Amino acid sequence: MNKILIIARREFLSRVQKKTFLLTTIGLPILIFGIYALIIYFAVKTTDNFTIAIADEANIFEGKLAKKNDGEINFIHVQNETPETLKKQIEAKKINAFVFIPKTFDITGSTDSIQVISDKSVGLITREKIIGKLNNVIEEKKMLGSLHITKTQLDSLQKTNEIVFTTTKGVEDTSKKAGISYGVGFVSGFLIYIILFIYGTMVMRGVMEEKTNRIAEVIVSSVKPFQLMMGKIFGIGSVGLVQFLIWIILIIGLQFLLPIIFPDMLTQMQAQPMQPGIGAAASTMSQENTAMVGIMNGIGQVNWLLIVGCFLFYFLGGYFLYSSLFAAVGSTVNEDPQDAQSLMLPITMPIIFGMVIMMKAVNDPNSSLAIFGSIFPLTSPIVMMARIAHGVPEGVSILQLLISMACLIVGFVATTWLAGKIYRTGILMYGKKVNWKTIGSWILRKN
Amino acid sequence: MDKILELNNLQKFFSSQKAVDDISFSIDKGSIFGLLGPNGAGKTTLIRMITGIFYPDNGSIIFDGKKFDPINDVLKIGYMPEERGLYKKMKIGEQALYLAQLKGMSKKDAMERIIFWFKKLEMESWWNKKVEDLSKGMSQKLQFVTTVLHEPKLIILDEPFSGLDPINANLIKDEIYGLAQRGSTVIFSTHRMEQVEEICDHIVLVNLGKKILDGTVQDIKQQFKKNKFSITLQNEPTNTLSNVFTIDAQNNNSLTVSINNGYKSNDVLKHFIDTNQAIESFNEILPGLNEIFISLVEGTKAKTRAFEAVTV
Repeated sequence: MNKILIIARREFLSRVQKKTFLLTTIGLPILIFGIYALIIYFAVKTTDNFTIAIADEANIFEGKLAKKNDGEINFIHVQNETPETLKKQIEAKKINAFVFIPKTFDITGSTDSIQVISDKSVGLITREKIIGKLNNVIEEKKMLGSLHITKTQLDSLQKTNEIVFTTTKGVEDTSKKAGISYGVGFVSGFLIYIILFIYGTMVMRGVMEEKTNRIAEVIVSSVKPFQLMMGKIFGIGSVGLVQFLIWIILIIGLQFLLPIIFPDMLTQMQAQPMQPGIGAAASTMSQENTAMVGIMNGIGQVNWLLIVGCFLFYFLGGYFLYSSLFAAVGSTVNEDPQDAQSLMLPITMPIIFGMVIMMKAVNDPNSSLAIFGSIFPLTSPIVMMARIAHGVPEGVSILQLLISMACLIVGFVATTWLAGKIYRTGILMYGKKVNWKTIGSWILRKN
Repeated sequence: MDKILELNNLQKFFSSQKAVDDISFSIDKGSIFGLLGPNGAGKTTLIRMITGIFYPDNGSIIFDGKKFDPINDVLKIGYMPEERGLYKKMKIGEQALYLAQLKGMSKKDAMERIIFWFKKLEMESWWNKKVEDLSKGMSQKLQFVTTVLHEPKLIILDEPFSGLDPINANLIKDEIYGLAQRGSTVIFSTHRMEQVEEICDHIVLVNLGKKILDGTVQDIKQQFKKNKFSITLQNEPTNTLSNVFTIDAQNNNSLTVSINNGYKSNDVLKHFIDTNQAIESFNEILPGLNEIFISLVEGTKAKTRAFEAVTV
């Protein structure tokens, strides 16, 4: 046992102390986050005090635009100006843009466009805001003019009664929650799929390195081949855990940092009318707020403790199950890494198969395919996460969960035992091309 | 004398192939033992059983007076395999420490021994280098140090001098003698017979999985001698006709003779004394191990067998 720890320690340190580890673990997420942050920052950032002069000769805005001034976008109603004089004002930097509406402009049924003229091109967000404010006023005017109703009247008409889905057990099954379960299930299943591949092949490459470096026999004269294999699996597994821990800390840390760096970003995003055509800014805002509250509620309804706990269990279980198989494949390779390809196929097939079942299971967690996939140990680490995200016992019964966990434990004990047999012989074999028949004879060998 | 290792009727089969077929021998404590044999004779399999990598199918191994216990006894064995290597990306000091810890040494003890050996073999400046930066000879030296760091009772060296220049080879050779003097037993496996003659006290020759020769180097040479003598005379020989011996070769004053059946070396001397020819030197010609090795192995299937994987 002690020797497994010594080996695991070396495997762990030799990977963690590499510069590439720091780079991929900390540098990469920060870089990606940084790029996104910059993009968002520049997209959201608005020019302060964007002043638009409204020369409204047809009086369609009735001077109401100035009421919507919010410090960022300011409308000034001007009279007796021509486009030429307004252009001069832009040049003099008195205003940023102007809107000239000629006397002939007909609001009802007209398709005339309203031109906003500025010296520079206007940023996307600012543009959206201007469009929203202008349309708001026009809409209200049109409604009052042709339908004779006010905006508040329309809003009360549009207000719908909430329709709630509930299971027989009385758990509210909102569509928000279903959506979030879908997302959580898909992401965690996909994450385990990636983990199995990344860390599995890492184990395989480590074994191949030991074999081609001819250090295997030196080590094996001090420790049992099985200890060497397990040490490697534990060591690389802890690299994976540490990497995840760092990422989780980074994500939590950034969530706290985000509002500090961009204090007004979220409020700005909420203030933006997303669908300027439907209603007044006030109404869209309230709609959005209810949407946000719904998502928050949905997130609250998901049992995070269960998901994180199960994720760790299936992450470790799946990793142990597959990494020993990857180690066995690595031990059969001679000099040419290409040899591994054909032997890897039987290992990668169930992983990919699990991924396919997971995509079905995330939509329909109680289909017979999903139930099979979540219990069969070669696919369960991926598929079960999709079902667990829908909750226990809605997505998966406690009995099925326990059976699946037991199967996974039995599964990884079995694959480790099998892989140990292949590994023990393979690691010391040189100069002989290995096929399934020879591997079979290694497994059957007594000692 | 105490035995460090006794092998009794050891057998190891791989599918239908007999890699080691009923081999028995014992090794004295503190001796340097040569394990010889052509490629594929079963040497590696034999060594792997002694180092606990393989379990024998039949027979027993007695290590230091007790039944061999693969888990604990391997800590008292240092093995440098023929197929050897080190972690290329690992620093040399860390690597030596790691391998010593795997042999059950504490970190503190291991550090002391590493510093001792690094000083002795002038390797101190290498500590932070990586193995990939070392020359082949240098990594060979490091490999030797990692093999003997934990002061094993039994050291098994498979072709220890391959890739070493004569200076470093002598350095390692001296260390091997030193280790034997301090009580370690060395098993030395090689094809290079001149090294065996020089270093080993006792040898065993293995072929086709069977032991075909066992004894001290001197005994074996005596066993295989062909009663040949070289004689150097003061003057060119004149009367060489005798029924005591037949001349195999003549080179000026020197003769190589084979003694005929029923006669002894003194009969040869008597002939030259009687014929009044002054003798300058008279030596028995003993066969070299190389010669014995080839004569014993040649004609067997050893060569064809070498191509089959014996390590399976």
